[in-house]
Amino acid sequence: MIGLQIRRVNFSYLDGLVLQGINLSIGAGEMVGLLGPNGSGKTTLIKLASGILKPNQGEVRLDGTSLSQLSRKSVARCIAMVPQQFHISFAFTAKEVVTLGRIPFLKAFAEESETDKRLVLDALELVGVNELAQRRFDELSGGERQKVILAMALAQQPKLLLLDEPTAHLDISHQVEILELVRRFNVEHGLTVIAAMHDLNLASLYFSRLILLKEGRVLADGTPAQVLTEQTICEVFSASVKVEPHPVTGVPHIIVMPKGSDTERQ
Amino acid sequence: MLIKLRRMNRPALFLMLGGSLVVSLFLASAFGAVNISFAEIWKMVLNKLPVFDFALTWRGVDETIIFQIRLLRVVGGALVGAALATAGVLFQGLLRNPMADPYIIGTSAGAALGATIAMILPISLAFLGFGLIPVFAFCGALITVILVYNLASVGGKTPIISMLLAGFVVSALLAAIMAFLMSMSERLDLSLHSVYSFLFGHISVTSWGQLAVIAPLVIGGIIVARFFAFHLNAFALGEEGAASLGIEVERDKILILALGSLLTAAAVSISGLVGFVGLVMPHAVRLSLGPDHRLLLPASALAGGAFVVIADLLARILLAPIEIPVGIITAVIGAPFFIYLLRRTRREYAF
Repeated sequence: MIGLQIRRVNFSYLDGLVLQGINLSIGAGEMVGLLGPNGSGKTTLIKLASGILKPNQGEVRLDGTSLSQLSRKSVARCIAMVPQQFHISFAFTAKEVVTLGRIPFLKAFAEESETDKRLVLDALELVGVNELAQRRFDELSGGERQKVILAMALAQQPKLLLLDEPTAHLDISHQVEILELVRRFNVEHGLTVIAAMHDLNLASLYFSRLILLKEGRVLADGTPAQVLTEQTICEVFSASVKVEPHPVTGVPHIIVMPKGSDTERQ
Repeated sequence: MLIKLRRMNRPALFLMLGGSLVVSLFLASAFGAVNISFAEIWKMVLNKLPVFDFALTWRGVDETIIFQIRLLRVVGGALVGAALATAGVLFQGLLRNPMADPYIIGTSAGAALGATIAMILPISLAFLGFGLIPVFAFCGALITVILVYNLASVGGKTPIISMLLAGFVVSALLAAIMAFLMSMSERLDLSLHSVYSFLFGHISVTSWGQLAVIAPLVIGGIIVARFFAFHLNAFALGEEGAASLGIEVERDKILILALGSLLTAAAVSISGLVGFVGLVMPHAVRLSLGPDHRLLLPASALAGGAFVVIADLLARILLAPIEIPVGIITAVIGAPFFIYLLRRTRREYAF
């Protein structure tokens, strides 16, 4: 199991500062949801955590070692990332896509070993997409693709899984299915998970720790009950909401108030 | 049939592809202005080895034709085809664009302009049987790719779209300069015929020394390309996807571009501009074998070699004694085939 420390990280793209003074420590086996409005820096933080982007200042440490001191290959042996936009060029089958997850472990000119092949089959099995194995990836539905990509990330045998809005553009049944899967790996295999989430209610249901970003800064960090309050949501999203306990699990459940509704007037 | 090929085991597959390359080499050696039988070609070639000693049942002039003319050209053709097809796979895989080939990212225009400049310069140099023209073509190709790459770089990264745009713009500019030089050809005393045969492709190998330079470049290049097979597979996920699979994206991008340019330049220096090989052969192989670069690279190289050898044979014999530029044959075969592929698998080209 592996933890991630983000120390005083600043990051800016060419056109302006995106993240400022980020200090976070993610323990091994945690399941963390990143929340915040569009442009608040969620995706950037995910990319910094994966080492794809390098901070302008500060550092990201993986179990005490700065990512900048590790080769891409050794990072890829610990951290898997599922980006938000996923397009695969050329007609790879689902199984071939999952096999790509073994790349960090393959030697030049070598074929996959029996272990690699077994891990690919295991990943397909775990995610429940065996029957898609021989189908072309680009012919699958959005939910099926997302599951195949998740299987690819799992074939990488990561200690830390980074997900950038894994449930975006999916219907509700696929959203739940994906998050259930991720939670299962977190609970059963101790996989550390950091996921950028758009849907506050799903985040509240599935993540034990939530981090709320606003304009590149951490505004709140804690359990769903600590983070998802009417006041902070109003401050960050400029939306008027009511927060009530979920009828079954008791976690905060956010109810959006339309403009001009009774609460608004009060 | 295509689906069956994908399930074929690998040794059988490479035996088939290698076999068709060998058959094409023999066909192309046997036919021409003088036809020479397969058996005699076998004996001539084997006689060069110390262990064989066949009786000389052929005319001396036939042996001269085989060794001093035809084998040079046929082996040259195989190298050109293998190099262009491999370069095509490299550029397509790296740019995630099945339409990319050595020509789209500017290598062709660079090589052609380099050659034209060499023709204008009043210098005569010989290097292992090469005149100045191929050396300039070589430099032109490399300089163009480096220029395109730098133009396309934004803040240390090279987005694919800006790469394609830069390639297009630079190609257009170089083509304009070349057209200008050619329109001035009378005043500059250019040999229009050599420009013409360079532009439309003509496999011209005049000595084994030339092959001794080109063959290691091409074969070595293909082996190194095979080393990048995983990297290219990872690039199918996009640059960030590749990075998250442990690929050093910026470094490997430069290496793959340089390798593709080197292979293109090696081909261009003995054949001029032979089009469609780098585009059509990888497509055909990808459709029948799937997109895994570990198979795609060596299979495309073999298929590309056979394709150019046969195209060059047709160029020599179709309208004999007139010789058609081989680039015209590859275009005439390649373009309809390409359109057929495009219609058949329209989805493949959406990106």
